[in-house]
Amino acid sequence: MTADVSTSLITPEIGKLVLPSYERPAGLHPPLDFDGYRSTALRHPQQPLVLLPHRLTEVTGPLLGDGLITPTDSDLTTQHGGEPQGQRIILTGRVLDSDGRPVPDTLIEIWQTNAAGRYRHAREHHPAPLDPNFDGIGRAITDAGGRYRFVTIQPGSYPWGNHYNAWRPAHIHFSLFGRAFTQRLVTQMYFPGDPLLPLDPIFNSVPDEKARQRLIADFDIELTQPEWALGYHWDIVLRGRDATVFE
Amino acid sequence: MTPSQTVGPYFAMRLPWDEGPFVVPEGTPGAVTIIGRLYDGAGNIIPDGLIETWQAAPDGRFAHPDDPRGATPGGYQSFRGFGRCPTAPDGSYRIVTLKPGPLPTPDGSIEAPHLDVSVFARGLLDRVVTRMYFPDEQTANAADPVLCSIAAQARRATLIAVPEPEGELRFDIRLQGDRETVFFDV
Repeated sequence: MTADVSTSLITPEIGKLVLPSYERPAGLHPPLDFDGYRSTALRHPQQPLVLLPHRLTEVTGPLLGDGLITPTDSDLTTQHGGEPQGQRIILTGRVLDSDGRPVPDTLIEIWQTNAAGRYRHAREHHPAPLDPNFDGIGRAITDAGGRYRFVTIQPGSYPWGNHYNAWRPAHIHFSLFGRAFTQRLVTQMYFPGDPLLPLDPIFNSVPDEKARQRLIADFDIELTQPEWALGYHWDIVLRGRDATVFE
Repeated sequence: MTPSQTVGPYFAMRLPWDEGPFVVPEGTPGAVTIIGRLYDGAGNIIPDGLIETWQAAPDGRFAHPDDPRGATPGGYQSFRGFGRCPTAPDGSYRIVTLKPGPLPTPDGSIEAPHLDVSVFARGLLDRVVTRMYFPDEQTANAADPVLCSIAAQARRATLIAVPEPEGELRFDIRLQGDRETVFFDV
C-alpha cells in the first residue's frame, strides 16, 4: 500500500493511451426479456442499455490462476471415496477468441446435476436421490493452447416448474473469464440428440439457430475410451478483438 | 461465438468462494466496504443473485498486460481487483475493497473512480453490467465521460453510491422499475 494517488495518474511515460476494443456481437445473446422464461418478467431492465466504450476497466479483467485449483477439481468422479453413479464422460475442448486465438491460462468453473438430475444445493427439492460420491462441481485452467478437460458424469434432466411438465434438457453450467471484462461469459452446455432441447425456453432463448447449435457438445468416438468413458468435445468462443474500430 | 445462458438458481454450488467478497483482506488500511441489495421490478429483494466487481487499484492501474502502464511495482500486493459475492436471503451483498484511482482514456478525458459491476441471477439470460461511482468525487464524476453520456440526472444518480452512517458505501441495484439502475451495453 505505497503508491500515492495524487502523483500516480497518467501520461508522461505512455504518451497516448492505445487500448484494444472488443467486438460487440449483435443478436448473439438471448434477449433479457423472454416470454417463455417466466423469471425474466420482473428481472429484465426496461430502460435501453447505455453504450459503454471499451476503456481500461473493460479491456482488462481478473487473471485467476493456479492458486485456486487442485488436481481433483477437474475430475468430478474422484472427489469422494467411492465412484459416483451414472455414465462416466470425458469433456474437453478449447477456449478461443472469435478471431481464432486460443485463450490460455483462464479459469473455467462448472456445476451440474448428478446422474439422477439432482443438484447438491439447499434450495433444490426435486425428489431424486443425491449421490454421496458426487458434488457436481469442477474447475480447470486452460493450457497454453486454450485446452481444458473434465472427467464427470452425464447429468440428468429435472423438472423446473416454469410451465406445465417443464423439464430441463441435460446440461452443464460453465463460467468463463477470458482475459478481459468484456469476455466474461456464463453459459450452459447441452448434449446432442436430447429430445428436450426443442422444448426448452432457456436453450431456445438464443435467437440465432446456428448460435444455439454451438451450445451443444459433439460426441467424439476418438475421445471415447474403451471400457471406460464416453467422450464429448465442446469449444467455447469468446468475443475477439475488433480489428477495425479504433477510438 | 458462444451465446450466454442464465446462471440459474444453483450457481452457489460452485461460484462463491470464501475470499470472494474480499478484494483486499478485511481490516486493510484504507479499505472501503460496499453494501447493497438487489431488487426486482416489484421491489422485492433477489436472494439468488451474484454480484461481481472489477476495478483499478488506488493508483488507477491494472495488473494486466492490456494496461500499457501495468501495475505499480510493489504497489498493492494484497489487492485482487476482482470481487464476487452472492446475495443473501435478504438480497444483500458486501464487498471489501480499496477505492480505485481515476483512469486515463484514449481520447484524453479522465474517468472518475469506478467499479464495473456484473449481476447474474436466475431470470437473467445474460449478465447485466452497471458501474458504481463514489459520492465524494463530485468534480471527477461531473467530468466522467460515461456519466456524462447519461442524459437524465435522475438516472445518472443510480450509479453513485450513498454513504452510510457507519462509513460503508451503499450501492443498491434495481433490475427494473421506477428507479431502475442504469445498465450498459458492454
